[in-house]
Amino acid sequence: MSFISIQGLTVAFDGTQVLHGIDLEIGRGEALGLVGESGCGKSVTWLAALGLLPGKARVGGSVKIDGEELIGASRTQVERVRGKRIAMIFQDPSSSLNPVHRVGRQIMESLTLHRGLKGQAAKAEAIRLMDLVGIPSAATRIDLYPHEFSGGQCQRVMIAMALAGEPDLLIADEPTTALDATIQAQILDLLSQIRAETGMAMVLISHDLGAVSAVCDRAAVMYAGRIVEMNDTAALFSAPRHPYTRGLFDAIPEIDGDRGRLKPIHGTVPDPRALPQGCAFAPRCGSADTRCHTRSPEPQAGREGGLLACFHPVAWAVPLMTSPQGIPA
Amino acid sequence: MTALLLEARGLVQQYDTSRGLFGRATSVRAVDGVDLQVNRGEILGIVGESGSGKSTLGRMLLGLERPHDGQVLWQGQPLPAPYSAAWRSLRAQMQLIFQDPLAALDRRMTIADQIGEPFIIHGLAKGAEAMAKVAGLMARVGLRPDQAGRYPHELSGGQRQRVVIARALASSPRFIVCDEPVSALDVSIQAQVVNLLRDLQEQSDLTMVFISHDLKVVRNICDRVAVMYLGRIVEEGPSDVIFSDPRHPYTQALVSSIPKAGTGLSHRVILQGEPPNPAARPTGCAFHPRCGAADRACALEVPVLELNRGRLTACLKLRATGAQAA
Repeated sequence: MSFISIQGLTVAFDGTQVLHGIDLEIGRGEALGLVGESGCGKSVTWLAALGLLPGKARVGGSVKIDGEELIGASRTQVERVRGKRIAMIFQDPSSSLNPVHRVGRQIMESLTLHRGLKGQAAKAEAIRLMDLVGIPSAATRIDLYPHEFSGGQCQRVMIAMALAGEPDLLIADEPTTALDATIQAQILDLLSQIRAETGMAMVLISHDLGAVSAVCDRAAVMYAGRIVEMNDTAALFSAPRHPYTRGLFDAIPEIDGDRGRLKPIHGTVPDPRALPQGCAFAPRCGSADTRCHTRSPEPQAGREGGLLACFHPVAWAVPLMTSPQGIPA
Repeated sequence: MTALLLEARGLVQQYDTSRGLFGRATSVRAVDGVDLQVNRGEILGIVGESGSGKSTLGRMLLGLERPHDGQVLWQGQPLPAPYSAAWRSLRAQMQLIFQDPLAALDRRMTIADQIGEPFIIHGLAKGAEAMAKVAGLMARVGLRPDQAGRYPHELSGGQRQRVVIARALASSPRFIVCDEPVSALDVSIQAQVVNLLRDLQEQSDLTMVFISHDLKVVRNICDRVAVMYLGRIVEEGPSDVIFSDPRHPYTQALVSSIPKAGTGLSHRVILQGEPPNPAARPTGCAFHPRCGAADRACALEVPVLELNRGRLTACLKLRATGAQAA
């Protein structure tokens, strides 16, 4: 049985629906990537699942962890899961840490909350965690304040705090976006190393397709509050089927090959208050026809595995990696 | 040889800071001796991690900051002092595009007014003529005429960046410094803006300095790239070769740190340690504490940027192998 099972998850803010029924299963120890442009509902999915959205949000559907329902559950029930079984880290580590408390105290707070450790035991465990996430001379730096750490080290401290509850699932929301390239590589390396050691599952929310392909087993592509394609990373990255997925790949400049013009996706993500009729991607899609503008495609199991919500998928024989950027017309 | 438009000679920028209320004043060298030539009509990329002095260098090239030492020559003449009348008139020819368009735009002015403001400041056009020029600029950057009366918050991130670009183009500049112009945008929109910048450069023979930490974007748009580490250029070369054959150990690590779709983490050179603090510069080569190839000599001698086997690099190890080969 899968560890987390999300079914028909919907979210609406002030009557505007932003999530239109998300179905997602995550197995124990699995790493899932969630990609898409900003405003597609990647973060909202998990904020809703963990009950972290503001009161005005209307959340529907079901999120089960080991069979236990989280949507509509009492606050104490959700709090037993949040931080303890499912931990979350965010994009900007310096704004997630409390600037007026020493980092050691902040890590120990999670340890007390989730594992009942106090005093010397908590301190020893906090030092072990800081060691684990690769902060040098942890024993002395435990008494420093967040501003005395660099951005990459703050993110390591956040990871240490997230690991304090020994979670079964870590949700990393754009964990490397605010960091420098060489530090991004370090943090991704650290996350996959920790996953290998602890066997925890991970959800990596990222707009960096390269990062997702480097650390995830499976990836889901979101557009305008729906999952439009989902597959094993190997299959998804070698032959994306949804025109949106394909567009995302094509828009990335190459680091080798020719330096022709980039291939953007025209237009922008639709405003959730004024979603187009039919498939939400149709106005930006090159292969859309009248059916796409009137009916919304349902996600269906593809021939080569995975899920796909598209009437006119990209032919799957087209190998992505070998195609040059500026294909002559 | 292409015509030189802008040249930096031995640029140094130093900021004084104090530690705590009564702390001793220390100085931080953000840029530490940079020589750079920008040729007419080329796009020069400057890459490096945060704190490497990229933005400070860009600001000095425009004369927005007076260098602590060294000078900037515009068409062979030293830049006039910042905020002097001569500098202001020169500024019509030199523009800056920032990372965050929302911060660069005035929230209380319509975008047409903001795009037209340079016409008034530089006395280039007014009234109906200015209006017509604004409409022309909006069309050039791909904004619809009906968006003229909108305010910045009513536009998407990509559209706002188009407004900033249109405004920068208003005074028909010859030189533009783009400081992380696409870093805040999604990849699909990023590609739109990069293509726009490329088109504009070709149409009006603009010269650009493109500052970014995104190596893939830099490689796509730039003709030549300078890699900075802690205030110095460590490698410089055409973008076709610098990413396919990086020579300096730092450039090699940077190139290797780019996640590539479909490959795991295994092939990557993962640098140990943090980007160093400019206030506590290591002795010798600033990169040596993180460098796999460094030895004792690297901690003692500061390598200069010089031609080693056909590439401008600042590395003692590359110089040594070059001498052996010769």
